Amino acid sequence: MNIAAPVKREMHVVHSRGDKVFRGIVSAGALTSLVLLGLIGVFLLARGIEVFSTSGFKFLTGSNWVAGSEDGVIPNDFSIGPMIVVTAIVSLIAMLFAVPMSMAGALYLEFYAPQKVRRVLIALLDLAAAIPSLIFGLWGVQVFTSFGERWAYFLSDRLGWFPLFNTISDNFGRSPFVAGCVLASLVVPITTSVAREVYSRTPRELVDTCFALGGTKWGAIRTVVIPFGKSGVVGGAMLGLGRALGETIAVYLLLNINFRYTFKILESEGGNVASLIATKFGEATPDEIKALVAAGFVLFILTLTVNMIASSIVTRSTKGAAA
Amino acid sequence: MSMQATPTRPWEKEKTARRNNGLTLLLGALIAYVVVLFTGFAGPDGWAVVLFALAAAFTLFRNRSLSTKERKDSRARLLIAAASVIAFAPWISIFVSVAFKGVKGLRPNFIVSDMRTTTPDDFLDMGGAAHAIVGSLLMVLIATVITLPLGILSGLYITEVRGRFSGVVRVVIQSMSGVPSIVAGLFIYTTFVDATGTFSALAGALALGILMLPTVARTSEEVLKLVPDDLRSAGYALGARQWRSTLIVVLPTVRSGLITAGLLGVARVIGETAPLLATALSNTSFVFNPVSGPIGSLPMYIFGMLQIGTENSINRAWTGALVLLIVVFGLFTLARYVAGKDKR
Repeated sequence: MNIAAPVKREMHVVHSRGDKVFRGIVSAGALTSLVLLGLIGVFLLARGIEVFSTSGFKFLTGSNWVAGSEDGVIPNDFSIGPMIVVTAIVSLIAMLFAVPMSMAGALYLEFYAPQKVRRVLIALLDLAAAIPSLIFGLWGVQVFTSFGERWAYFLSDRLGWFPLFNTISDNFGRSPFVAGCVLASLVVPITTSVAREVYSRTPRELVDTCFALGGTKWGAIRTVVIPFGKSGVVGGAMLGLGRALGETIAVYLLLNINFRYTFKILESEGGNVASLIATKFGEATPDEIKALVAAGFVLFILTLTVNMIASSIVTRSTKGAAA
Repeated sequence: MSMQATPTRPWEKEKTARRNNGLTLLLGALIAYVVVLFTGFAGPDGWAVVLFALAAAFTLFRNRSLSTKERKDSRARLLIAAASVIAFAPWISIFVSVAFKGVKGLRPNFIVSDMRTTTPDDFLDMGGAAHAIVGSLLMVLIATVITLPLGILSGLYITEVRGRFSGVVRVVIQSMSGVPSIVAGLFIYTTFVDATGTFSALAGALALGILMLPTVARTSEEVLKLVPDDLRSAGYALGARQWRSTLIVVLPTVRSGLITAGLLGVARVIGETAPLLATALSNTSFVFNPVSGPIGSLPMYIFGMLQIGTENSINRAWTGALVLLIVVFGLFTLARYVAGKDKR
């Protein structure tokens, strides 16, 4: 017997002319967003490249911001070192507060809250995630600062021997600490709803198994829920971090721009990269605009990287949960 | 006749136990209040700290007879409850303070007058934010008209065309949602504002569109994914080409979902301030022409009033914030209502 091995049948799809047009239009529309993101990067780079090439690496490390005179007597000197440091400090403070708090909040909503309370809080949480950052800034300046000042005073009073909490002046408002706290409240609704979403996907059987084996609620949470939701929570935290890094208006309202390296988080000075752009933009010279665009490019790359990592983590974890 | 068993809920605490718990909490709150009155602790935050300390002490005391496992459980419950209070307090405080401080300036003139002849410091029954509301609506409308089709096309590309770049498009949209708003503004400034030589509503709308696109595209994709393949096949079986099947079967099926996508996109950008700083700026009177120069908007109104910093201007800022929040929440509620219609 001589039987030929089965060959996979080849199938061809031939689109009609109408379909070709349709698919062309849809593809063009979808690729617009691709092109747009590319364009943003390219244009920012093209406008900022001059600054990068004249200042070089010093743009990222120096602490001068001098708009030169038009006749060239005073040379331009732009750099954003202190802003990068404050961006990192403020975001770090925000994440330090936001991640544990939102994990606890999510666990409370999923496992402890009574049905009615839970429903109301979840609805409010969704709304809270939609509060514009301007309103967080307004609240931060007008309401939160008095609390933040008190806590900052307490910290510097009791822990002032520690270099981080050391202060020279007795002015505690408008400090990176207060800005970090406001950013934390801005990030919490986002991270909490991601964490809650992930925790709610914990397989019910696993939790019930824990109870059946005589475990307590905390036992089930510690051994099943938290490990199960780990990568999702990390992804949500990264999304929050991306938001904190690029936050403009709230930080603008809370911090005064200062071109000096500072690591004293309770001192009233600072300002991040985004708020630098917002502050200097209004009365900038043409050369200064180029430097601001360069700063925007740095910020763009920074947040893009964080977001790419975040979305890949979230996608992976939700795929794992669905399987 | 069969006996009707009354359902019991053995896992729930008895009434007396619940009442005792409530009373204990109340007592703790009172003691904490007294402590706040007579010591260095001050304000609601000090009160909360004292209450937490009392609760911790009480829990430790009550649990001394329990097993280690149960003690750990009860400690964890206390910590989680306390931490979630800290997590929920800020935004609840925001809702409350916006409502109370904003309502002061919420008078009819706030939504019908502009600030052309009023200084920010004038009494609250003069001037208003109507020009800002109109400006915001105009910009958001333009942004929606540009962004909604693009977003839906991106969704269609991923679900219907299933082209080679589906994965790339999805990743790009995801990462676009992280573009800082000031960067979007800066981009439009260096391109569009430079080219036209003036700030304008159109420039503002373009910047908002960049921020809106990811939300619209992702929601459209999610919604389009819900269309059962049977419907598409049915369309093909009736002899429709892909374009017809998409236009008369797929899209109408998810019409309200796509409207939701638009509403969520609008809710996402209507409060954005930073991009408008570089594209639309602000104005004190009505502007209806989208290309005629600076235009006011609700966020810029709040921002400007806050910057001026007098008592009345700050009140105006709070009222603006109240109106903005009402608009955002209205959009959300509308989106949920419309989305709910699809499921039936």
